[in-house]
Amino acid sequence: MADIKNLTKGLIKENPLFIQVLGTCPALATTTNAKNALGMGVAVIAVLVLSNIVISVIRKMVPNKIRIPIFIVVIASFVTMIDLLMHAFTYDLWKVLGIFIPLIVVNCVLMGRAEAFASKNGVVDSILDGIGMGGGYALALFVMGSIREILGNGSWLGLSFLPQAFKMYIFILPPGAFITFGILIAVINAINLRKEKIEKEKKKAGETK
Amino acid sequence: MRLLLIFISAVLINNFVLSRFLGICPFLGVSKKMDSAVGMSIAVIFVITLSSALTWFLNQLLISLGLGFLTIIVFILVIAVLVQFVEFFIKKTSPSLYQGLGIYLPLITTNCAVLGVALINSQQNYSFIESVVNGFSSAVGFSMALIIFAAIRERMEFSDVPAPFKGTAISLITASLLSLAFMGFSGLVKL
Repeated sequence: MADIKNLTKGLIKENPLFIQVLGTCPALATTTNAKNALGMGVAVIAVLVLSNIVISVIRKMVPNKIRIPIFIVVIASFVTMIDLLMHAFTYDLWKVLGIFIPLIVVNCVLMGRAEAFASKNGVVDSILDGIGMGGGYALALFVMGSIREILGNGSWLGLSFLPQAFKMYIFILPPGAFITFGILIAVINAINLRKEKIEKEKKKAGETK
Repeated sequence: MRLLLIFISAVLINNFVLSRFLGICPFLGVSKKMDSAVGMSIAVIFVITLSSALTWFLNQLLISLGLGFLTIIVFILVIAVLVQFVEFFIKKTSPSLYQGLGIYLPLITTNCAVLGVALINSQQNYSFIESVVNGFSSAVGFSMALIIFAAIRERMEFSDVPAPFKGTAISLITASLLSLAFMGFSGLVKL
């Protein structure tokens, strides 16, 4: 049972981007359209799952004091592999994402999961955690990318459906990234606040009964 | 002349935080107070300038050995070691500076701006001096954005923000307005 929880918690409840606010740099830079966001998300899932596996396998051999440099080297090796693979097979995407693929190394999501989860748990749990957290991150990127592409370019995944007059170009530019991200976080906060309020009222009602 | 163009471009037009989206974590994290923003800025300028000089030599070495694919691993390790070294050095030579910068130095390793500058330098094939100038001016741009943002946030403490927007959300909206203002500089210089 615990296994399934490791997979699902990252998707919404502990979403790395919207709830924990980790890995914001690529989230703002690579979400100019849904396709780029998805590409970045898939790259992060791949690196996260692979590095979680290796870190969880070697967790008992690594001396506690130098664990962080070792984790960085593991993550950097996988990032290099993904970078070279993307260069070879998805050249256009590689060109658009630019330095943000190498910069996955310093993405706090990876280091955070290595430190908080993979270095303490077994291999299977770590794989599930990697898929869940990576999936949650990719989902968040995809949502942001979709919103920015629909509002800014009037298209979704390359299919354009809005006439020129409805396009708000600002959403593709840097300020649009900050606005979209800020409003999404505010919406999630508002939902959580309402949930808390309802729960409190329920408790009150229960007490008076 | 080219150096001046690189400087202006990195500070105003391709500002690290507001248009390239590098170093957002410290930008949101340490901008609550003016003092910490200034401390972080000085530490970042120092480390980025030093690391862009060092990584230039390493990049030349790796390329001449035909090991270009190792750049990511080598750069991140060198930056981590450099930050550690700078920390020791400052601790020994000037304890008062260490008191001020101490907490911010370890945080810099995970600042994507440092690795970002190193990678941009190697991608653009900058010469040694150009690399150092690019590193320094990117860091100055970062510091400028951080300090302006900290000043805004200090005033925002006293304003009445709607409940769902409290914290990160309103900071991001503020950053977007700041970024909009910086967009006014676009087209000022063409490299």
